[in-house]
Amino acid sequence: MSLTDRRQILGGLAATATVLGAPYVSAQAQPHVIVIGGGFGGATCARFLHRAGIKVTLIEENATYTSCPFSNLVIHGSREISAQQFSYDALKSEGITIVAQRAQSVDGDARRVTLNDGTTLTYDRLILSPGIDMRFDALPGYDAASAELMPHAWKAGAQTVLLRRQLEAMEDGGLVVMSVPANPYRCPPGPYERASLIAHYLKTKKPKSKLIVLDAKDQFSKQKLFQEAWANLYPDHLEYVPLAAGGKTTEVIASDKTVVTEFSRYTAAVANIIPPQQAGKIAQLAGAADRTGWCPIDPMTFESKLRPNMHVIGDAAIMGAMPKSAFAANAQAKLCAQTVAQLLRGETPAEPKLVNTCYSLVAPDYGISVAGVYRPGNGVFVDIEGAGGTSPLTAPQDVRTREAAYSNAWFGIITAEVFG
Amino acid sequence: MRIVLLVTTLALISGPVAAQSPAPPGALTCSGCHGAAGSELPSLRGKDAATITQALLAFRSGAREATLMNRITKGFSEDELAAIAVWIEAQKDVK
Ligand SMILES: Cc1cc2nc3c(=O)[nH]c(=O)nc-3n(C[C@H](O)[C@H](O)[C@H](O)COP(=O)(O)OP(=O)(O)OC[C@H]3O[C@@H](n4cnc5c(N)ncnc54)[C@H](O)[C@@H]3O)c2cc1C
Repeated sequence: MSLTDRRQILGGLAATATVLGAPYVSAQAQPHVIVIGGGFGGATCARFLHRAGIKVTLIEENATYTSCPFSNLVIHGSREISAQQFSYDALKSEGITIVAQRAQSVDGDARRVTLNDGTTLTYDRLILSPGIDMRFDALPGYDAASAELMPHAWKAGAQTVLLRRQLEAMEDGGLVVMSVPANPYRCPPGPYERASLIAHYLKTKKPKSKLIVLDAKDQFSKQKLFQEAWANLYPDHLEYVPLAAGGKTTEVIASDKTVVTEFSRYTAAVANIIPPQQAGKIAQLAGAADRTGWCPIDPMTFESKLRPNMHVIGDAAIMGAMPKSAFAANAQAKLCAQTVAQLLRGETPAEPKLVNTCYSLVAPDYGISVAGVYRPGNGVFVDIEGAGGTSPLTAPQDVRTREAAYSNAWFGIITAEVFG
Repeated sequence: MRIVLLVTTLALISGPVAAQSPAPPGALTCSGCHGAAGSELPSLRGKDAATITQALLAFRSGAREATLMNRITKGFSEDELAAIAVWIEAQKDVK
């Protein structure tokens, strides 16, 4: 970034201050909120803070956001990666200051963020929504270099396209292996949606091939619904190996795409390794993550339990019963924006409730869902008993078709709310 | 209600949206699925509070068939659902 650009940003900040100063924040001490990460959590939060009249700066290193939701259809071959991509133009034209750089460090005591080019910005409150980073130290043999041979495709973009190309290039009769980590990780039902759609691809395009799913756990989200559908739709194309049957991956050897478990070795034509994960690096550097690698927060305010004036939303945070989903990140972001605006006005936020809904596609026209309603409890979010749950088992195809259509509609609406 | 509308109107006049009463518990989530008209998922824009409350209560009791809303509304009391409906109606002048 050139000096001129830097001046423009600072000029932009001053201009924002004058325009938005009026409503209710006194001119001499207008609080400034910085949001790090312009994904489902951060972009939503910046927008809602701005609309509440708060001076906000969004720091996002990429000019284009690539959405993970629906990226399994790109791997399936029925959707292009461009349909997953969103710019920040609408946020900019709304008047939100966006800094297209990587936040390099956070000094919580000085309330200061240092950017890639050395520029510093100060905040009254900081919102961290950096998503996840892969833990390239957790699974022997799996690092950034092996991910180029055995993609995780768990951050959407080049990795997603790589996995699709590998499947397309595979000869009919090839073995596909997917490795799924233990909890917690981004999008609990995501691996099983992907397994379903890869099996659908194999069944329709490469029927002599097969997918083996190696799982480091025995239980997973929407399990009965997935397994019911797999038995009906993919009996010859999808084999599921749970932890109890030796499904935990203990090592990978990227050079020949070998996946090692406690009991077996599989040499794959295509291997999709979803490794263990942690909160995005900036959350670790800011001191907001604990020994688990994730960020403990107060569910009343999303404020870090480790660092005052820092709030964490989305995948990076420990939300208890609330899963790491785009739906959840968006819902948390809207609430966090409202809460931070209240805190800056010296008000006390009321006890919130949050909702999550996650759709999964078992086939392109076969959708299932899980929902939850949550309230603060035991220092995290807990399920409200009697609410939520999954789609019914053994429902007519018509219900599955409707849920697939709703899933598609959801993607359009949420991305319009965040980026549109 | 009149106060909410008044504040909303003032906000429109003064440019950027000014302070509004905070959304009641759960209300901010709705817009993640219910947005502009013309989607498979019904828009709530322009609907009045009585209509929305009636629908929410019918989902909650099971009187009205749904794939998902029945599971979600069970997480709220009748009063909470009514408060959400009032808030949604008041949003029609915002943005
Ligand atoms: C295959 C797959 C399918 C999924 N399907 C669904 C689904 O159907 N429904 C659903 O609800 N969820 C789904 N998810 C989950 C969803 O993608 C995440 O929960 C969601 O993206 C979390 O939002 P976030 O804001 O926490 O992080 P992200 O959306 O990842 O955003 C983080 C942003 O922060 C930026 N960033 C990070 N560090 C820095 C830094 N230091 N400086 C500047 N910028 C930084 C990144 O560039 C990124 O843009 C899926 C996930 C996967 C992998």
